Amino acid sequence: MEAGSGDILLEVEKLAIRFRTHGGESAAVSDVSFCLKRGETLAMVGESGSGKSVTSLALMRLLPKAPLCTVSGSVRLRGKDGGMLDVLSLPESRMRAVRGDNVSMVFQEPMTSLNPVQTIGAQITETIRLHRPMGRRAADEEAVRLLDLVGIPAARQRLTAYPHQLSGGMRQRAMIAMALSCEPSVLIADEPTTALDVTIQAQILDLLRRLQEQTGMAVIFITHNLGVVAEIADRVMVMYAGRVVEQADVVPLFRQPLMPYTQGLLRSVPRLDLAGRRTGALSAIRGNVPDPRRPPPGCAFHPRCDFFVGGRCDVQAPALDVTSDDRQVRCLRWSEIAA
Amino acid sequence: MSTTTQLLPATPADEALPPRNTAWRRFRRHRLAMLGAAIILILVLGSYAGPYLIPYNDTYIDIMQRFAPPFSGAHVLGTDELGRDMLARLMMGGRISLAVGFTAMLISMVIGISVGAIAGYYGGVVGSALMRFVDAVLCFPTIFLLLALAALIDPGVTSITLLIAATAWMDVARIVEGQIRALRERDFAVAAEALGASDRYIVFRELVPNAVAPIVVAATLNVAKAILLESYVSFLGYGIQPPVPSWGNMLNNAQIYLTSAPWLAILPGLLITLAVTSFNFLGDGLRDALDPRMESH
Repeated sequence: MEAGSGDILLEVEKLAIRFRTHGGESAAVSDVSFCLKRGETLAMVGESGSGKSVTSLALMRLLPKAPLCTVSGSVRLRGKDGGMLDVLSLPESRMRAVRGDNVSMVFQEPMTSLNPVQTIGAQITETIRLHRPMGRRAADEEAVRLLDLVGIPAARQRLTAYPHQLSGGMRQRAMIAMALSCEPSVLIADEPTTALDVTIQAQILDLLRRLQEQTGMAVIFITHNLGVVAEIADRVMVMYAGRVVEQADVVPLFRQPLMPYTQGLLRSVPRLDLAGRRTGALSAIRGNVPDPRRPPPGCAFHPRCDFFVGGRCDVQAPALDVTSDDRQVRCLRWSEIAA
Repeated sequence: MSTTTQLLPATPADEALPPRNTAWRRFRRHRLAMLGAAIILILVLGSYAGPYLIPYNDTYIDIMQRFAPPFSGAHVLGTDELGRDMLARLMMGGRISLAVGFTAMLISMVIGISVGAIAGYYGGVVGSALMRFVDAVLCFPTIFLLLALAALIDPGVTSITLLIAATAWMDVARIVEGQIRALRERDFAVAAEALGASDRYIVFRELVPNAVAPIVVAATLNVAKAILLESYVSFLGYGIQPPVPSWGNMLNNAQIYLTSAPWLAILPGLLITLAVTSFNFLGDGLRDALDPRMESH
């Protein structure tokens, strides 16, 4: 397909999310911008609390209403008719029609994200019938097709199975079938493989990639597993303390991470080929994620950074720089460090 | 339950799967519940069809046949102080008592589930306001509230049913509110919202079915409670008015003849006990049967 503006499915600009808590206002996410093209997979990486899940919930407008939570910026999503929808200002009833139809979500825990007292078949057909005027029987047929598509054997018999009768991997497949039932153009997968064992993880990743090739949907893949990122992503967005700190294509990012935080993340991945060397312990990034209600002055990462320079990193907040090869990095010293 | 499964043609893979674990299957395994259901069925059939099968009218007075003991003559279960046939009266009384119990339960369930679900799902100001209202109503002692209201309103089957329902929905509302408040935080509720479900769909199709166990238990307890309440109120003379019989007002009439004609009290008392216990057993069975996680083997 020819690359053009029609290929952009999701456009997020200057997204900022603030929560009001008992301890005061906190900026959970600020200044997040990215866009997503047809067939592309964007991995959102970061520690717990870095704002990945909150960002994805904001894209679906599933966060609590103001005044508890305020979302600003713009989120534009391509509708089924080809026009762009302004997600943040759609009325709730329109938004309901968009959820599940244009943009859909797969959750982390397949054990708990399916309704325990409804059969798999009922849950899939109901999702279809929320968005499509379809008879019960036609929806049943469609559900069988979907279960087949996600590789559930004996799909027709599984319609009457309850979630507890399926294994974790099967449940996640069923969840994916539900999410894909209306052929969304954007799928948000929030750590969909974290709760599964490694062989099943690989199967689910394979499945997602195959489905993506078939349907051309774009996928936002939230994870903290860098192995999975290398496996599935086209582009990577590293988040720290609610900000994008680095954004690049997957190969350059893994080859030469620019931001010290990304470098630390990559260093802390256990590697079999380095095991047994004298380097000894697995390296970790020291310290913890800062409290979003009291972010450190200057660069949010400076208390944990190996390249910290006093009087500079703790004073001046870095902007998101765009490098010559179209990567984005948020660090005052990235060019010095890279050199 | 079984009709939906029959829509699908059988394929060879069917044989490999265990038999379907349907609600009916699970219910059938519950002996006491089956017994309870059978007794309720007999009581209902007896009350509604019975009067057509016996030669006596429940209000026909035969002064020559007063206080005939059971199994002693033409009247199988004897007669009361006016010579009216006890069996006919018990049957007609059953119609009223069972209908009042069941209808009051239905009404109180609808109100209780709606109030509880709305309060639990939306929480915040709406939820607090609704639940404080429930607490306030709950503070009235039921019997006195019932008696006070019954004194103001013309007693009759409809008004008694409504009154009983009005005093019974609060427990259900509290149970449902607690359940829904816990359930709405569960992942599948968020997942349903992410797939485009409306609030009403999430509450009534996703959340309430998950709370069916405590709801069914509350429902059967409510039937039992409603039958008892109707008996109390009728017993105290404010309920169903003679000559129309209900199990409660039959008990009321019987109190002065307790030593001379004990069957007048024992028979309606026995039926009330039987009906209440059966509904409780039925509730137990339904609770287990409606939870698909309970495997039948």
